[in-house]
Amino acid sequence: MTRRVIQSLAEPLAAIVLALLAGGIMIFLLSGLVPGRQPFDARLPIDAYGALVSGIVSFNGLTSTLVYSTPLILGGLGVAVGFKAGLFNIGGRGQFLMGSIASVAVISAIGGATGPWIAIPLALLAGALAGALAGFIPGFLKATSGAHEVVTTIMLNYILFYVSNWAIKGPLTLPRAPQPTTQDISELNGALYVLPFTRDLHIGVFIALLAVPIIWFVLYKTTLGFEIRSAGANPDAARYAGMKTRRLIVLTMSLSGLLMGLAGSVTLLGQVHQTSFGYDTGIGFDAITVALLASSNPIGVLFSGLLLGAMRAGSPAMQSQAGVPPDLINALQAIILLFLIVNVLRRVLARRRAGTSTPEPAALTAGKYSTESVQ
Amino acid sequence: MTQDGPGVPALEMRGMTKRYPGVVANDHIDLDVCPGEIHALLGENGAGKTTLMNVLYGLARPDEGQILLDGKPVQIASPADAIARGISMVHQHFMLVPVLSVADNVILGAETMANPIFLDRKQARRKIADLAGRFGFELDPEAKVASLSVGQQQRVEILKALYREARILVLDEPTAVLTPQETDEIFGLLRRLAADGRSIVFISHKLYEVLEIADRITVIRRGKVIGERRPAETTEEELAELMVGRAVELTADRGESHVGRPMLQIEGLRVADARHREIIPGLSLEVRAGEIVGVAGVAGNGQDELVESIVGMRTPQGGKVTLDGRDVTGLSPRKMNMAEVAYVPGDRHRFGLILAFPVYDNLVLTGYYSPPYSRSFLRDDQAIKSSAERQVEKFDIRTPSINVPAATLSGGNQQKVIVAREFDRPLKLLVLDQPTRGLDVGSIEFIHRQIIAKRDAGAAVLLVSAELDEVMEMSDRIAVMYRGRIVAEMDGRTADKSEVGLYMATGGREAAEATA
Repeated sequence: MTRRVIQSLAEPLAAIVLALLAGGIMIFLLSGLVPGRQPFDARLPIDAYGALVSGIVSFNGLTSTLVYSTPLILGGLGVAVGFKAGLFNIGGRGQFLMGSIASVAVISAIGGATGPWIAIPLALLAGALAGALAGFIPGFLKATSGAHEVVTTIMLNYILFYVSNWAIKGPLTLPRAPQPTTQDISELNGALYVLPFTRDLHIGVFIALLAVPIIWFVLYKTTLGFEIRSAGANPDAARYAGMKTRRLIVLTMSLSGLLMGLAGSVTLLGQVHQTSFGYDTGIGFDAITVALLASSNPIGVLFSGLLLGAMRAGSPAMQSQAGVPPDLINALQAIILLFLIVNVLRRVLARRRAGTSTPEPAALTAGKYSTESVQ
Repeated sequence: MTQDGPGVPALEMRGMTKRYPGVVANDHIDLDVCPGEIHALLGENGAGKTTLMNVLYGLARPDEGQILLDGKPVQIASPADAIARGISMVHQHFMLVPVLSVADNVILGAETMANPIFLDRKQARRKIADLAGRFGFELDPEAKVASLSVGQQQRVEILKALYREARILVLDEPTAVLTPQETDEIFGLLRRLAADGRSIVFISHKLYEVLEIADRITVIRRGKVIGERRPAETTEEELAELMVGRAVELTADRGESHVGRPMLQIEGLRVADARHREIIPGLSLEVRAGEIVGVAGVAGNGQDELVESIVGMRTPQGGKVTLDGRDVTGLSPRKMNMAEVAYVPGDRHRFGLILAFPVYDNLVLTGYYSPPYSRSFLRDDQAIKSSAERQVEKFDIRTPSINVPAATLSGGNQQKVIVAREFDRPLKLLVLDQPTRGLDVGSIEFIHRQIIAKRDAGAAVLLVSAELDEVMEMSDRIAVMYRGRIVAEMDGRTADKSEVGLYMATGGREAAEATA
């Protein structure tokens, strides 16, 4: 048991360490560009990573790690749930935006009248449902016509981005504002700052931390989770076992969208407060890295979300103390993803070269198990 | 060199060793084949026969050992290398292009050019006609491969090998998909090839076949050579014991059947494929309680469609399926499962198992949704695991634990997982599609006993198999399926194998003529 846990950790940890090394080499090679540094300054990578860590380990650093991690964990869970069912939800961007906009709409409609204690739960609910609807559409299309979710979710990202823009510019825009902007909901927001003495900790953090065990429970302890995992690992066997695979596709895509929508909702309510024309997000794609780094395991998503969130929280310190721009964090994230993908490819190629007589697509997609027969 | 072999062996393998992580697939195997000799390689699935031949054919690198051709050591790095040295392999799954003609398939990959642009088809045709005439192939070089029977396709594969000047021909389980008549034909062909001085390695696990065709038999077990025999000096019983490592019951004793009420009734079943071609144009069949009905037929005559229509994996276009008096036509797999129907699918990796999932999850794959395995949407892991432990014990599933992925089990034990899951409850009907395909003798013996036990408990059994031996051995009644119809029904105790084979091959046309 413990051996399997260690084995499953080896790959993502190697990806992270290698990415940090590659990032260090990048900093070293480009150190001449940092004001006040010599070209090829071997101290700079150490200083930069030192500053990054110092930016994380302070009290404010830890709270902002949690804040940055929140949408990554929720979104990562959304992508992971999809992966478990064999579905690749790249529509996180659109689903996130729908979650945000639905929450804005609820707050601007009833926030003044009802006060935060009623408006905010309703806004979260609306955001989750809007995300679920945005996930339902590609799920429904796949189940009824076979349209691949990768194509439809990417197309929906554009459609929903413009839907969100239209809402910001149209029905939700503030009267008399110089630019199209929605209401700043932090006015109403008192209840969201659960710890008054922190700078930024909001209730969404606890929603994300709570979602992890809930999704784990659904996937591994319920019959629905068994059906989702079966359909993902071997759709033919799922059909043979009497599972309704079309319904599962619709349900899983909706659940995936719901988590993405929730990510959009808590980000808007707790962090952004106000949207203006052109409001957009990269969480939909960052969440894919989070889920891949976690091998789609919900507990893993918690840690990979925290890791990427911490790197974001520490990056301002890296900028101010070492002069290394925070864009490095995006580069690191991309390198992690590359190493993960290289590893997947290596495994696929190795299996092909070994020429296993029976193809085992199920075991291949599930990835973490060896398919060597011990006969 | 063998005692009475004429001179140097055409092929000699010395001390071949091939290790895979955790297993030694070949452990210092010695094998030699003389010119003009048919040498049978006998062993169970997983004994290492295929690995040895893959090493010979350049598909795998040996860790130790030496290959000698005509007494000279050689290195074989790739299949192209092997072919260039006169070694050809006929795989179990044919490597043919269905839309091309026989002649085009034969020259594919070994084309001779008339000029830099065009193929020299004329010369190729001449050579094919010459070979076909010399060895009596009876193949039309212009026929499309798609229109040929399985036996004919296999002859195309052999023709391909001869066209490439093969001196050493390896056939991997060549009779697995053939009717008895086709088997006789292929044996005749192999004898003519041997008489021509070619060496043949014949891989099989069928005892009576190797006794019939081989000049020499080498038995391997768990990667080691266990013994070498000549057909005249040995018996099926001895070979079986060498192969398995213990005395084996070669024929299942199925005892008397006590036939009861009609359990499964199929009337006028019509099934079409995705392109609206009618695969089953109207089929009727009855299976009674306490009876095993075996469906014999060459693969691809609608058996899969028949089975899938019964268990709900496929919607029939017409007709009626009745289970114990209740109309169950077109019910879903789940509803059929709840109606006490067990289904063992033909493709266990595609349908029967989720290989990445642990054994205990696979044991509840079809029953997970109801008590005791779950209660109102929640899985009861305790119940699932304790039931898994019990079934592993009861069905003799050899696994280090119930927690390992099903992928790590051997084929026989994977099939036992499916059998345990499907059989371990009260049943009205068992629908079994090739339940022992590719399994070792021990597992086959075990699964056959389980099927008979279910029959004796009063269940109806529909057994579909492309292995005629299995149908002959297990069935109380035999139905022969040909082009989507049942063309003959016979009593399982009195049926004659060659008569069944004739119905399988011709649908009864010639059988009718023969009796007329």
